[in-house]
Amino acid sequence: MNKLIFNEMLKIIRKRKLIVVVAIMVVLISLFTYAQFREVQRQIEKLGDVDWRTTLQQQIVDTQNRLTSSGISDEWKAQLQIRVQQQQYYLDNNINPAEPGAPTFVRSFAQESITLFVPLLIMIIAADIVSSERSAGTVKLLLTRPVKRWKILLSKYIALLLSISIIVVLMGVLAYLISGVVFGFGGWNAPVLTGFTSIGGELNTSNVQLIDQWQYILMEFGLVWFVAIVVGTLSFMLSVLLKSTSASMGVMLAALIAGLILSNLVSSWQSAKYLFMINLDLTGYIAGSSPPVPGMTLLFSIGVLSIWAVGALLISFSVFVRQDVY
Amino acid sequence: MTEITLSIKGLRKKIGKREIIKGLDFELKSGEVFGFLGPNGAGKTTTIRMLVGLIRPTAGSIQVCGYDVKKNFVKAMSHLGCIVENPELYPYLTGLENLQHFSRMIPNFDSNHLEYVIKLVRLQDRINDPVKTYSLGMRQRLGIAQALLGKPKVLILDEPTNGLDPMGIREMREFIRFLAEKEGLTVLVSSHLLSEIQLMCDRVAVISKGKVIKVDTVKNLLHFQEQLVWKVSPVEEGKKLLQTVTTVKLDKENRLVTPLSDKSSSWNHMLVEHGIEVHEIQRKVPALEDLFLELTGGESVE
Ligand SMILES: Nc1ncnc2c1ncn2[C@@H]1O[C@H](COP(=O)(O)OP(=O)(O)OP(=O)(O)O)[C@@H](O)[C@H]1O
Ligand SMILES: [Mg+2]
Repeated sequence: MNKLIFNEMLKIIRKRKLIVVVAIMVVLISLFTYAQFREVQRQIEKLGDVDWRTTLQQQIVDTQNRLTSSGISDEWKAQLQIRVQQQQYYLDNNINPAEPGAPTFVRSFAQESITLFVPLLIMIIAADIVSSERSAGTVKLLLTRPVKRWKILLSKYIALLLSISIIVVLMGVLAYLISGVVFGFGGWNAPVLTGFTSIGGELNTSNVQLIDQWQYILMEFGLVWFVAIVVGTLSFMLSVLLKSTSASMGVMLAALIAGLILSNLVSSWQSAKYLFMINLDLTGYIAGSSPPVPGMTLLFSIGVLSIWAVGALLISFSVFVRQDVY
Repeated sequence: MTEITLSIKGLRKKIGKREIIKGLDFELKSGEVFGFLGPNGAGKTTTIRMLVGLIRPTAGSIQVCGYDVKKNFVKAMSHLGCIVENPELYPYLTGLENLQHFSRMIPNFDSNHLEYVIKLVRLQDRINDPVKTYSLGMRQRLGIAQALLGKPKVLILDEPTNGLDPMGIREMREFIRFLAEKEGLTVLVSSHLLSEIQLMCDRVAVISKGKVIKVDTVKNLLHFQEQLVWKVSPVEEGKKLLQTVTTVKLDKENRLVTPLSDKSSSWNHMLVEHGIEVHEIQRKVPALEDLFLELTGGESVE
């Protein structure tokens, strides 16, 4: 089995899939770092002050102004209200929610990338892992060895899990190193609040805890890793079912984007919460933003995603083992 | 010592509603090259896919060295090597990496065998180049090397000379004969060219529309097949005259066709004596269509 996994990793690396993924990460992280840097500059210019309290106060005022304007949807309004209350809570407790430094950048980057960026990177590898063998015809050689078919598929799946883990870790490391050059590398022990919940548009702070930033980041990356595995498993299934890599990429991409759009629309459509793409924003729960459908919790989302992943695995294996290969 | 290495019984395959393979039975022995001859669409590739476990037969059984492909897949596959249609290898890996890749899938693989196989197909010089830089002939050879990695008893090659130049075809032919005679392998070769099968096979199964029409040695099959073509004038008179000594048919170009015989010179003599002009006598290279016409009794080839 180890030899089979070695084979699959060799193919992923020699096809330069991992390098492409790393290159995309470097470019985008640099881009975001620069954008963040410009934002900080703008604040300093505007307020002539670098004290975070002034900045935060200004942000709260800005958001409240937006809330009074008409023409924003109810869902968005609720989100903003929650955010204002959170910011006020930080201010009242004299804790800086955005301590400057690379760890803070890593934290917000992980939070923003979980619903689209990470799934996209994972798809580059997962969508291609079985279908490329079929479209290139090499699957005929692979399946005529003295090895059972399920073992071949399992080795591919394990290689995928390995690649996903490598990508998630690299993302953290790259985000830290690149942003650290601009913002400095310190700030691991900055205090962060977690445990906000929202009930009916009101912020509930009864469970709020103060933890170190590194703990928070660790939790976040655990969740990113979990989402990456679920998305990877679903793409893997599509890769088994569809002969062409671009078709499986297309289907997955459509689902992810539909998820982003739906998340802002479905607060009144209860059963939408069973769709996997509505449940991807796991980091939102620990940051305390309001869920797409009221009543969804972190555990609920993890449960839904797990069921989707297990279903996808069952389908992948039962189809692959029986399928006629032409 | 000849043992049966591949045995096929009542093999059938339905795809959708269409039955593509309608019951095949044959047995191959060690050390023989067995031709699998049929026109395009006869079902050669489909049969081979079933033999190597890529698709499931609707009915029937396949045994490789006594192991059932369905029930004992791993054992059966460890005695079998194959190329199905084109030899598709990983273009972004080198030849050596491709072979190493597949050798890792063989239990207890002996790495000395890798070098032996590379030498056997004479790829030593280019083995460290990426496969995407290989010519078709080199890919075919690498494909064969890959098929031989597991020291198989049965080698299955689907149209191995497809796309090769005459020199390459000859080399491939000699190589296949070598594997059967010196290494004692059973080699199943599919082709739609009679001339090719004739030159390298011991026995042949002729298939058409998913059925075996005939299984016989190449010698027997070709015996009643070789013919003489006569271009004479006047045609009618010549035909009448030849009919007194042998069977004569008239072909499309108004020529006379008779079986090959050692008496042909006396027939010629007879024609000339009766004042019939003989412009041309030709020994006819047997063509697949003619063989089919004979075997199927005039039923046309699809
Ligand atoms: N996946 C498929 N679905 C439906 N029909 C198929 C499929 N594959 C092959 N066939 C049909 O099966 C028949 C036999 O095809 P096969 O490829 O086995 O022929 P072949 O003898 O290998 O021909 P060739 O000399 O052209 O390679 C053909 O009529 C073909 O149309
Ligand atoms: Mg074919």
